[in-house]
Amino acid sequence: MADFVNYILNIEGSWFGYVVAALVAAVLILHVVAVGALLFIWMERKISGRIQDRLGPTRVGGKFGWLQTLADGIKLIAKEDVTPDLADKFLFKIAPYVGLAASYAAFIALPFADGVVGLHINTAVFFVLAVLGLEVFSVILAGYASGSKWSLFGAMREAAQVVSYEVPLGMCVVVPVMICGTMNLTTIANMQAGFLTNWLVFNDPFTFLTAIVYFTCATAGVNRAPFDLAEAESELVAGFHTEYSGLRWSLFFMAEYSSMFIVSALASILFFGGPHGPIPVTEILGFAGDSLGNPGMEAFSEETAKNDGFFAATQFGLILSRIIGVVNLLIKGCIGVTVMMWVRWSFPRLRIDQVMTMCLKYCVPLAAIGFLGATTWQALDLPTGTTLTGSHRYEYHELWTAGLKDKVLLDQDETADSSEAPIPHENDTQTEVNKVPLKTVPVSVLKGGER
Amino acid sequence: MDLIAVAWPYWHQFFFIIFAATAVGFGFGVLLSKNVVRMAFYLVLSLGSTAGLFFLAGAEFVGAMQLMIYVGGTLVLLIFGVMLTAQKDFINMDTHTQDWILATIVGGSLLMVLLFAAFGADDWSTPQDINDAQVEATKEATPLGLALTGIRVDKLGDSGDAVDDGKSGYLMPFIIVSIHLLVVLIGAAYMARTKKLSHATDDKSSRAKLMLFKMEHESEQLEEETYVVTHRGKSALNPLDPQNEN
Repeated sequence: MADFVNYILNIEGSWFGYVVAALVAAVLILHVVAVGALLFIWMERKISGRIQDRLGPTRVGGKFGWLQTLADGIKLIAKEDVTPDLADKFLFKIAPYVGLAASYAAFIALPFADGVVGLHINTAVFFVLAVLGLEVFSVILAGYASGSKWSLFGAMREAAQVVSYEVPLGMCVVVPVMICGTMNLTTIANMQAGFLTNWLVFNDPFTFLTAIVYFTCATAGVNRAPFDLAEAESELVAGFHTEYSGLRWSLFFMAEYSSMFIVSALASILFFGGPHGPIPVTEILGFAGDSLGNPGMEAFSEETAKNDGFFAATQFGLILSRIIGVVNLLIKGCIGVTVMMWVRWSFPRLRIDQVMTMCLKYCVPLAAIGFLGATTWQALDLPTGTTLTGSHRYEYHELWTAGLKDKVLLDQDETADSSEAPIPHENDTQTEVNKVPLKTVPVSVLKGGER
Repeated sequence: MDLIAVAWPYWHQFFFIIFAATAVGFGFGVLLSKNVVRMAFYLVLSLGSTAGLFFLAGAEFVGAMQLMIYVGGTLVLLIFGVMLTAQKDFINMDTHTQDWILATIVGGSLLMVLLFAAFGADDWSTPQDINDAQVEATKEATPLGLALTGIRVDKLGDSGDAVDDGKSGYLMPFIIVSIHLLVVLIGAAYMARTKKLSHATDDKSSRAKLMLFKMEHESEQLEEETYVVTHRGKSALNPLDPQNEN
C-alpha cells in the first residue's frame, strides 16, 4: 500500500505513503466498526421484529426501514449529554471511549483476507483476545462512575461474567492454534483453504464441539443475551449504562456491535475457513497464488513497477481473490452476528447463578474435553477432514523443526534471503526440503546454531 | 512536494516518546491521585502504554502478554477498588507524611538499582551504528513456545548431552508453575465452596473449631427453615397437596 502510493505520486521511500497507508487502514477499520453498527442495529430490529411476529421498522428510508439507525443516530446526537451529580465526572466521560477503543484496536490484527490486515502480527490470536478483554474496563468504569446502584450492580455482574468466560474461551481458541501450529490468524485461515471439508470445524468431532463452545462463550463474553446480565432491564433498569444518554450511550452500543462482529469473524477464521468460501472459486481459476506457502504476499511491488511498469507489478488476480476473501469473511461474520441475534430473541435471560453454572460446570469441562480430544486425535493420527496437506497441518507449518540441525549446518550462506523463501510443499523431496532456507528461525539463532 | 518526498527516519523515536511519556505521566497519576478507582485506571493506562512500547520494539507476543496479564490483573485490582469504594467511606486514600517518606526511600533506592543496571550495561551505554547492528529478527513466537515446552531451538547441538543440546528447555519450571496455579485454583474453589457438614469438629479441644461448629449448625438450621417455609409457601397454592388441608 505504501509502495503503491509512493509509486503513484513518484516519491520513493517517502513518509507520505506510509501515512496514507496507515490512514486508509484506520479509516477502513473505522468503517467496519461504525457502518457495521448501523447495519447490525437495523438487522437486530428487523430480526427481533420477525421473531416476535412484527414487521420491525418499515418507514424510514424506504421499504425496509433501512435508514432507521441513521435516524436514531441523529436523535442521539441531538440529545443532551447528561452527567449525574454523584458521578465521578472524568471516569464517567471517558468510559465509553475505553470500550470503543478496545473493540476498535482488536480489529488491527484481524486479517480480513490473506494480506488484508491492519498490522501483521504473528501472535494475532493472542493479541485479539488480550485487547478484547480490555473492553470490560469500560463497563466497570461506567458502572462505578455513574454513582448509581443499578450501574454498579450491572458492572459487577459484567466483571464476574466476562472474567469467568475468558477461561473456556481461551481453551477453545487453543485448539485451532494447536492444530495449525501457529498463532498467526492469516496462516490459520490459509490452512483452511480449499473445499468446505478443510475447515477446522470439520477437522474432527472435537473441533466441532469446540467451535460450538467457543461461540457460546463468545456470546457470553461480549455480553449478549441470554447472557446480558449486566444490562438486564427487568432487574437493573439498564445496568451499567443506566445514567448514560445521547452520544456516549450510543458509543457503548457501537462497541458492543463491533465486538459481536469481531468475535464472529474470529470464529469464522478459527473454525469456519475465514476468507475461504465453501468452494474455492479463486483457487480453481488460479487467481489466489500460493497463499499457504507465501502468506501475506504483496500484491504490488515498487521495484517491479520501476523496472517493468505498473501492470507487471500489480497482481490483479491476487487482488480479486482478496476482495472475494474479504466479502467471504464479512458474510461469515454477519452470519455469526445474525445467529447471536437469533439466540437473543429466542431464549429467555439466564439468572446470574445460571450464567456462572453454565460457564464453570458446562463450558469449561466441554472446552477441556474438546481440547484433550483434539490433541488425542492429532496424536493418534486419526483421519481428519483436510485434503490440504498429506500430513498434519502443524507439521506443514513446523516442517523446519524436523531436520533443524541439518538445515542449520547446511544453509549457513542462504539465510540472508530467508524472508522471501516459501515454506516447502509436502510433495517436495526430502533433499529439496533440506535445501530450502529456514523461514521461521531468526538469523541470530542460525548464526549461533553451529556450536 | 519537496516536503512530501522527504524520508523521515524518526518514526520510532516519535512513537517511543509518545508511549514513554504516557507511561510515565500516568505513573505519576497513580502516585498523585487519591481515588482508588482512578489510581487503578491510571495504572491500566500506564501499563497499556508499556505494552505499546513492546509493540514498538516488535515484541508483539510480549506486548500482548503485558496486556493480558498486567492490564488484566489490574482489572481485578479495579474490581476490588470498586467493591471497596462502593461505600463512600473509603473513596479517598489519604497518605500520611511518614508513608510518603518511607515510600520515597524504598522507591528511590529501587530506582537507583534500576538506573545502575541500565547504565551499567556496555551495549546500551554506547549505542552502535544502526547499520552495523542491523539484525533481521524473526517475528515468530514459535521458538519461545518451543522453549517453554522443552526445545531450545537456539541451542540445538550434537554433543549428546541433553542440557547442552537444548532439549531440556524450560519444561520443568513450566510444569511446576502450572501445577502451582492449579493448586491455587483448587484451593480457592475449596475455600469458596458452600459450607456443608464439617468433619473438623470431632476435635472439641479447639475453641475456634467449636465456634465454627456452632456457627455452621446455626446457619444450617436457618437454611433448613427457609427451605421448609418456602416449600410450604409454594405448596400452599397447590390444592392437591395433602399438607394444605386447612
